[in-house]
Amino acid sequence: MGKLECRGLTKVYDDQRIALDNVTLSVDTKGIFGLIGRNGAGKTTLIRMLATELEPTSGMAGINGMDIMKNTDKLREKIAIVPQEARTIRWMTPKQTVFSYLLWRGYPYKEANRLAAESLAKLGLDQYANMLNARLSGGTKRKVLIATVTASEAEIIFLDEPTTGLDPISRHELWDILCELGKTRFIFLTTHYLEEAEQLADQIGILKEGKLVSIGTLSELRRSCPFQYSIKLPPKTAVPSTNDAEVTVSASGYTQILTHEAEAFRIARLLSEQGAKFSITPITLDDIFFQLVGNKAEDGNEA
Amino acid sequence: MKRSRLSQILAGVLVNAVYEMKNYPVVLISTVISPLSLLAVVTFVSSGALLGAAIEGGLIMIFFSSGIALQSDLSHLKNDFKLQDMVVSSPTSAKMYMGGMALAEIVYSIPGIAILVALAAIYIQPNPIQIATLSAVLLLMFAVSIAIGFMLSTFSSDVVQSYAFSRLLSLLFATLPPVYYPITLVPSPLNYLALLSPTTYAAMIMHNSTGYLELSSAALAANWAVLLGVCAVIMYVAVKKTRWREK
Repeated sequence: MGKLECRGLTKVYDDQRIALDNVTLSVDTKGIFGLIGRNGAGKTTLIRMLATELEPTSGMAGINGMDIMKNTDKLREKIAIVPQEARTIRWMTPKQTVFSYLLWRGYPYKEANRLAAESLAKLGLDQYANMLNARLSGGTKRKVLIATVTASEAEIIFLDEPTTGLDPISRHELWDILCELGKTRFIFLTTHYLEEAEQLADQIGILKEGKLVSIGTLSELRRSCPFQYSIKLPPKTAVPSTNDAEVTVSASGYTQILTHEAEAFRIARLLSEQGAKFSITPITLDDIFFQLVGNKAEDGNEA
Repeated sequence: MKRSRLSQILAGVLVNAVYEMKNYPVVLISTVISPLSLLAVVTFVSSGALLGAAIEGGLIMIFFSSGIALQSDLSHLKNDFKLQDMVVSSPTSAKMYMGGMALAEIVYSIPGIAILVALAAIYIQPNPIQIATLSAVLLLMFAVSIAIGFMLSTFSSDVVQSYAFSRLLSLLFATLPPVYYPITLVPSPLNYLALLSPTTYAAMIMHNSTGYLELSSAALAANWAVLLGVCAVIMYVAVKKTRWREK
């Protein structure tokens, strides 16, 4: 089994902005890896460097033994990307979109034609194959782009925020597709949706201001957090006193208590005795993200 | 897997020309109208005397504008559709991508070129040497404009700016200089200003070849030298300045 490895990967743009700061990681190139982070955290910069579109300032990265700088041509045979904000060309049809991409990858005419039809059918797009892209819904256009890269032989697929802007149903449809894809290829995806990473990714990395703050499976990320349990209380519920927890109250009055397992069950017992309504769960990726990244309402530029 | 370079070139031609012409046939009209409109004006004003020179001017304009259009097309496909990013992360080389895209610009202009070639065959009736001269000049013109277009596309990140640039360059290099009529009709000192444009040298060679202008052997050689020199310099700068993988 291969690995995707980065060692001290750094990107400093011409304006001296540090988009990626000494990122070191190692993940198996199987299943789905999800990279999460706020706007400007460096997700796109990292994915573009790994997809050989952007040169790093320093450090190294390699995928399955191929260095992104030294073995670029060899690596490009194995990868494909759907960039952030990629769009289908409106004067083309889905069939033409997939077919021309395969031609660019060097497939002979007949094979490209056959694979394009197969890929569209696999994603349930055969009924739209000859319609103009301009007439397709947002979700269908996004599926066409996924069909485009997966029609090829690429073993490693980079998807930069593939579901941003889609309605919940289209998003779930795309999740099913990505789950299937992850069984046969390595998917490296970035997302804003923590639920998406939680549902899809076998391993998750969290970027904050260009730095990798945590990486692992969801259970590993939970263990890396100071608190592993979450209790949520509706407004106007008396909160039991605790010295070993983080208590926050949202603007709408809901209280969240993050704490350890033993303390969580102690608080839960007290709440039950009071007859209060509450929920108790292991922390979600949202909780992990807020604990590790913070939830200040500052918004950076996309990097 | 053995990859076909022909397929890689064909992809560019299909995406940047054939599919657009096939799915939106109305674009064919615009590729014909611009060179023919100026040709008509010059022909009427000269009572038909400059028809041949104007046909040659139309050919220069169409070849030059085709190359310049590459700038906005590349920029559009790169910035608005992220197509170039998808292609960079694939086994396609920059040469294959640009080659296909450049060829697409000529394919896109085929309707206009066909009409002008037919008019040239009827009204100029060039001999084989003249055909060779005209073809060489037009190919050089196309190479210069492709290099300019390729270079500018890497600087432009906005499609509106790119289209404005394309129109401006076409106006400055293909409409304003004396390409539809001989340079001798331009009064001094404006004729010296016209020499700032490479299309003027192309037109002088073509007009000289078909008898609309008389150049000495030395002047003709100098025109070829300027045209080849400009082509070499712009090509060199384009290759040096453009980057497939961003820094």
